[in-house]
Amino acid sequence: MSMPFYVSPEQLMKDRADYARKGIARGRSVVVLQYDDGIAFATENPSRALHKISEIYDRIAFAAVGKYNEFENLRVAGVRYADLRGYSYDRADVNARGLANAYAQTLGTVFTTESKPLEVELVVAEVGVTPETDQIYRLSYDGSVADEHGHVVMGGQAETLSVALGESWEPGMDLAGVVRLAVRVLGSTADGEDRTLSPQQLEVAVLDRTRPRRAFRRLPAPLLAELLGRDQAAGEADGRHGAAEDAAQELAERPVPGEPATTDAGADEATDEQV
Amino acid sequence: MSQDLPGRLPRSFTTPGTSSFLDFLATHDPSLLPHGRALPAGEAPALTAVPHATTIVALTYDGGMVMAGDRRATAGSMIASRHIEKVFPADEYSAIGIAGTAGLALELVRLFQLELEHYEKIEGTLLSLDGKANRLATMVRGSLGLAMQGLAVVPLFGGYDLQREKGRIFSFDVTGGRYEETEYHAVGSGSTFARGSLKKLWWPGMNAGDAVRTAVHALVDAADDDSATGGPDATRRIWPVVAVVSAAGYLRVEDHALSDVVTQIEGLRRAEDHGGVVR
Repeated sequence: MSMPFYVSPEQLMKDRADYARKGIARGRSVVVLQYDDGIAFATENPSRALHKISEIYDRIAFAAVGKYNEFENLRVAGVRYADLRGYSYDRADVNARGLANAYAQTLGTVFTTESKPLEVELVVAEVGVTPETDQIYRLSYDGSVADEHGHVVMGGQAETLSVALGESWEPGMDLAGVVRLAVRVLGSTADGEDRTLSPQQLEVAVLDRTRPRRAFRRLPAPLLAELLGRDQAAGEADGRHGAAEDAAQELAERPVPGEPATTDAGADEATDEQV
Repeated sequence: MSQDLPGRLPRSFTTPGTSSFLDFLATHDPSLLPHGRALPAGEAPALTAVPHATTIVALTYDGGMVMAGDRRATAGSMIASRHIEKVFPADEYSAIGIAGTAGLALELVRLFQLELEHYEKIEGTLLSLDGKANRLATMVRGSLGLAMQGLAVVPLFGGYDLQREKGRIFSFDVTGGRYEETEYHAVGSGSTFARGSLKKLWWPGMNAGDAVRTAVHALVDAADDDSATGGPDATRRIWPVVAVVSAAGYLRVEDHALSDVVTQIEGLRRAEDHGGVVR
């Protein structure tokens, strides 16, 4: 008669955590930064259709790294959660804290009870009336929640990038400033050979507190090029504000209608990838 | 849902497949849907006492469409509200107006707005205008039981079609029939008079300003002959809700602009001493 091997709970949890951490570190990083008029999200993502950054509700956005199918499922659940809550009560009663709790419970339950933990790390962010009332929650694969301020990096070489970001980020930066910082940090590598990311390789979105109802807007490549391009052309000192104002102007204009639906070709490409 | 673990988001939240909020509600909690509720059988004579919303007009113009609604709700022969709004943005590029039982109609609007936004967030793209109209038809059909008990809701839907680059209007009946109107349409108690007015005042190739004026004129004509339709009220400064939907999106016409339009229409209609014709 064969005896099952004894595995200590410590070992079991450690193995699961290692498994999840490895999966998450394989993908590319997402950075989340506060700026004077809101919260910016940026990542390297060549796909126009498979997003890592999305709108959840009027003032709430979602960013994720790890396995696409797993975080996409959580994103849809979050949209359903927020819409149901807004329908049952009022739009003002939907907040990031409630959603972060629901995600944390889900991630925690899956981590302890199911055979495989979810290989994802999430940020749920809500933009407030002032930068002080902004909320950024970072959720790990095991359900732990951290209330973050200022800036967050998840996935990839998160720790190295986080140090680089911490050195340059300061409160009250404008949009052009944080976008440039984010792109510089995303392009940096551990061995010091920095890459320059083009707007086409980037997925950038903002929660803009100055917008009336739905604060979430994606920054399309031309606008990004403008935000980044002024940097090189006009130098640090005087280029800063011009670009930010232009971008704010363009943001205030009519939104671009939704992008074309996910094509099958695009979906096939990335199904097995860690995006 | 016996597999649900405590604390975890219920399975219905993480089940993939549908981009529709209504379909999600139907699996998660059908009692929240209008047609998920049971009503007592038989006729409901006391229900004439609930507020009813009245006249909505819509017309296309060169580059979009205009929808307008008066501000009156009636309960039997009483005026239930002078301020009710019956024309709403369905999303960035479409508008919905409602006539019929006000409570149910407002719930329909709320669900419809949410349905479109939910789809947009999940799919990352807007529904086509036909898609939106079909969705609304399904929702109206779902309330057929209520309609047969005297609680009918009849919406009027219109918007700017981003593919065809023009304004379009759709009317509905209580059985969920969907009909595209090419020029203009009106629903509600004053619709007969409004439609008669539009028939004479609408012309192809009008611009947005003409269309707004024509819509208000049609509402004034409806209010003239239908007691349940409220005309513009200059004393209380209550103006109709007028929405212009074009390539630039949904735009509500501001009160001071409407005030000018109303003054202009009043000037046209003012009776002359020497037996001038009052239109």
